[in-house]
Order: sequence, then C-alpha cells, then structure tokens
Amino acid sequence: MGSQKRIAKELAELVESPPEGIVVKLADESNLYTWNVYMDGPEGSPYYNGKFILNLSLPTEYPFKPPTVSFKTKIYHPNVTNDDKGSMCLGMLRADEWKPSSRIQAVLQFARQLLAEPMPDDAVEGRIAEQYKNDRKRYDEVAKEWTRKYAIAS
Amino acid sequence: MESDEDFMSVGSSPDDFLDTQGSDVESLGEDFGDDFDGGFSKDKDIIATKRKPYEVEFNVLSPGDIDRQQNLQINEVSSILGLPPESSAILLRYGRWNREKLIESYMDHPEKTLEEAGLGTNFEGTPKTEVIPGFVCDICCEDGDDLETYAMRCGHRFCVDCYRHYLRQKIRGEGEAARIECPGDACNMIVDSKTLGLLVTDDLKERYHALLTRTYVDDKDNLKWCPAPNCEYAVDCPIKQRDLRRIVPTVQCDCKHYFCFGCTLNDHQPAPCMLVKMWLKKCEDDSETANWISANTKECPRCHSTIEKNGGCNHMTCRKCKHEFCWMCMGLWSEHGTSWYNCNRFEEKSGSEARTAQARSRASLERYLHYYNRYANHEQSAKLDKDLYLKTEKKMTSLQSQSGLSWIEVQFLDTASQALQQCRQTLKWTYAFAYYLSRNNLTEIFEDNQKDLEMAVESLSEMFEKPVPELANLKVDILDKTAYCNKRRVILLSDTAENLKNGEWTFNVDW
Repeated sequence: MGSQKRIAKELAELVESPPEGIVVKLADESNLYTWNVYMDGPEGSPYYNGKFILNLSLPTEYPFKPPTVSFKTKIYHPNVTNDDKGSMCLGMLRADEWKPSSRIQAVLQFARQLLAEPMPDDAVEGRIAEQYKNDRKRYDEVAKEWTRKYAIAS
Repeated sequence: MESDEDFMSVGSSPDDFLDTQGSDVESLGEDFGDDFDGGFSKDKDIIATKRKPYEVEFNVLSPGDIDRQQNLQINEVSSILGLPPESSAILLRYGRWNREKLIESYMDHPEKTLEEAGLGTNFEGTPKTEVIPGFVCDICCEDGDDLETYAMRCGHRFCVDCYRHYLRQKIRGEGEAARIECPGDACNMIVDSKTLGLLVTDDLKERYHALLTRTYVDDKDNLKWCPAPNCEYAVDCPIKQRDLRRIVPTVQCDCKHYFCFGCTLNDHQPAPCMLVKMWLKKCEDDSETANWISANTKECPRCHSTIEKNGGCNHMTCRKCKHEFCWMCMGLWSEHGTSWYNCNRFEEKSGSEARTAQARSRASLERYLHYYNRYANHEQSAKLDKDLYLKTEKKMTSLQSQSGLSWIEVQFLDTASQALQQCRQTLKWTYAFAYYLSRNNLTEIFEDNQKDLEMAVESLSEMFEKPVPELANLKVDILDKTAYCNKRRVILLSDTAENLKNGEWTFNVDW
C-alpha cells in the first residue's frame, strides 16, 4: 500500500528535478520496482565522459528494506564487483544502516560520489583497492581504459 | 566494581581460585566425600572454602535472576544520574553495563555521553501518539486528517503504522532490540522501552524483552548462557579471558550440564581452552585422513608432498616440485644409472638420508595417531557407557525385584554410571593435553595418574557390564571401584590444575 505511493513520489521527484549527472527511468513502465539509472562519470575522475547504466531494484518491503544497486556497465572500481553482477558496496544500503526515511536520491548521489572518490577501505575488490592506494597512476590508466572500452559509445 | 562482585563472591575474595590451597594428595582424599554425589551441587556455597584446585566459583542465574540484576542496576543508575529508568537502561546498554565508567563519563561530559548513547539531551514531555492536521508521513507518503502519528524526543514524526512496521521488522526480522534507532534518516536516537510499550503488540514486547536479556548476558564478561539445548539459565563466573592460560573453569548449570565457562564447550578438564581449540581443529583436519596417509603414502623427499603410488613403476616424478626419485629407496632417480625399474640401491647415501627424513615426519604422524586413537577411544567408550546407562534404570528395576533390594539400595548403579561418564570425559582430554605437553619431570607423574585412572575406569566399566543377577553381589566392589575412580580423577585433575596454575607445564606449541 504505502510502498507504491512512496516509490511513485520519489520517481516523480527524480524525473522532475534530476540530480547532476543522473537520469532515472522505469525499466518497464508497468513495474515500479525496477529502475534503470543512467549515470555520467564525474569530471576529474577516470570515469569522466563515460555513461554508466545501473540497475536499481526495490524490494517489496521498500522502504523498510533497502534497495539494491548494481552496475550493468562494466567498471574498474574498488567498490564494485568485477563480475557480471557489478554489485556495489554502499554502507547506507546495508540492512542495519538503512532507515525507512532514507531516499533513493541520496543513494544515487552517494553512488556517483563514490565514482569521484572510491572508498578503498570498504572495498569489494581488494586488488583494485590496493592498486588505488599504492599505484594511483596505474589505477587511473586501467579505469580510463575500461571506461573508454565499455562506457563510451563509439 | 562493587556491584559486579557483590553477586559473584560468596564470602571469599574473587582471587581465591588463584591461591594455592595446601592440597597434597592426602587432603584431597578427604575432600573427596563432598564430591561423591555428583559434585557441584547447589549447596556448594556452604562448602566453598573446600574448593579443589581445579574448581572455580560460579553462580547459576535463572531468567528471573537476570531480570532482577538488570533492573537493580538500571534503578541504581537512574537514581544516581536522575534520569528516567528507560533512558538509564539505554545508557547502560551503550556502556556495556560498565556502571562506574558510564557514571564517570556522564559526570565529565553529560551531553556528549547522552548524544553518543542515542538519547538526546531533551527530557521534556511524555511522548504520545497524536493526530496532526496536514501531516504527511515521510515513509509511506500518506496523509489524511485522522492519521495517527508518533515521534520520539528527536521530533522525527511518522505515522503509527509505519513506526509499528519498522519496529516489527527490526525485532522479528533482524533480532535487534538494544540498538533500534529512530526511523528518521541519519538520526541515532535509540527507541526506548516506553515508546515500544506504546506502539507494539504484547508478543513483540515479549520478544523485545528476551532480546534485551540476551544482549545483557552477551555484554557482561562474567555471564555466559548455558549452551545446553533449551536451557534458559546463565552462569556467572569471575574467570577472565586472560585467566584461561592458567585455569580450566568448568561449571555446572542447574540443568545438570557441565561446561567450560571459558569456551562453553563440554567439560574438557584438564586441557586448557586454547589447546582444546587447536586439538579439535587438528582432529577435524587430520584424524580421518591421517590413518590412511600413514598406511598408504610416502612423501616426496624434496617438497614433502604426500604421494600415493597407485600403480606403475618405481620412477617417481613429483607432480608438485618435479623431483625425480625412486619409490623403493627414496633416493635420487639420476643415481640409479642403468639399473632402472629394479632398485637394489638401498645403501646409497641419498636414499638413506631421504628415508631418515621420511621416518622423522612419519614419527610425528604416528605420535599424533597414538594420542588421537586413545582420545577417540574414550569418546567412543563414553558413548557406549551412555547406552549402558540408559539400560541402567531397567537393570535397577529388575535388580530390585530379583534381589529384594530397595530402590535406594540400587542407586549405586546410577552413581557408578555417572562416575564412568565423567572419568572418561576427563581421560579423553588428558590425551589431547598430553599431545601438546613437552616432557619434563612432571609429565611422568601425569602419565602415572592417567594410567591409574584409566585402569580404574576400565575395570569399573567391566564390572558394570556384568549380567543383572551378579550385580547385586558386586555391589560393594562397584561402590568401592566407583569411589576409587572418582578419587583418581580428583587427584589427576588437582595435580594438572595446580601445575597449570603455577606455570609448571611446558608445551610443544605456542598458545
């Protein structure tokens, strides 16, 4: 009951005044619970100029349970799993940190912020985190290369 | 600290267990009478002064006792700090029930402490549900002029339905109680018991209460739940984690279950917790395969990989390090010249060195198996004795009718059976203990004690298996042997506990 009304409201707000570099759309017009998110790589990051597609999936218990966010576009990043799931590690999306009054807009902004500033201490890809901390130059190169390869339409 | 110790020490200082209690073998023999009918009974407090070197003081708490302890401390802190009890409870849980530290921190920085505990500093007014015209709930986005709403002192207001749903999910779904925060984004105000009482149903309140009790016991270092299935009691014991190098704190719950307060595994005296952990891990990894490895494999002379030869010739090439050697003499294959596939080079140097190295590694495996097999044997025998125990009652009834003995007179079988269980449990762990023990002049005494107990146990076990008609005649012998077994056990445990306490043992591992 409450769930749909709340989701519809959040969606309307996001469509009406989208945050910088973020566009959302329902994946299927008849289903409020799966969203496609189009995210521009933030300026100054190796992801700049890339267009990343993310999947935002809302549980039926939303907003009492957190949404899940995953990258459809392959990305080289310490906080995104380097597999075909592209799962994300976001503190605020953990069940024990999520609050029913937390907003999807905040989640998406946090995700984009994470592209600008990865959090290597909370990494899901230890090797990339290691490289990010110790060999930033190489990390930038690979991340740029992947962005060019997977996130920039030729 | 007073409050902690008040309910732990019964007329003796908490350091008592570290004192050496003039316990030569003679005095232990006298003590034994107390222990005869199953040991740690409830009236142990009366005889607490006679505690044996391997015993520790402890106290069993019922759920009611635990509640009373909590409430006592909550009310104390409440009256000292002048805060409502439900807030004091949150404060105490935040401070993990360390009252002194909490009061100190509150006295030094009251506002900071309250903020961090998730209480906020505003204690005005009594929270209640309200209908507020024009209100829109931030969670479900519903509005309506008759929408019942609620907010804690932090002022984050939501409709009562959402609040309830949130609380139910936290308590039922996530098993959370002590740290349920306000549903408001980034607000760390903790939901107090008054709020809960106002909003949720009785079954949920009960669950909430049970979870709080659980965190209380988990938070206190001197409390542990009895690990027996369905047991609701907790045990209070002053043994700290750092004491576990010198003490094996076995306690008995009121449900009769014996367990180690240090690691909550079943009674594992005389072996200290850390060694028990290592041993169990080793057995889990090794025991099944070790026997097979010992019988069927050799090791590569260079990299010590274990190799099973499942056919083919004697020319072995280690898959791992590519070392080439002869399966028969273990020597270098390159030295075999042309006498391939027919090894007669037993005396060559490279071969004999490899065999010595192999023998050494095998000896350590054999050593492990020696202790493991005895350990496992007692475990198995204890199980068999237990099966026998289940038949004991039947035996006792038939003995009663056949020999004309009264019920009380056939109780000796029950006593004997319990003694067998306990002694085998001890024996089992002496072997794990011995595996890690380095030889010194004390180990010989230990092994003698072990042997004496083992012999006594085996002969009691044998008597116990006799057919029913003979048992009545054996009553005196069984009673004697039971007493002797118990006595040997007390001696063995006292000796090992004393030496452990005084740091006299040396071990062949670091722990």
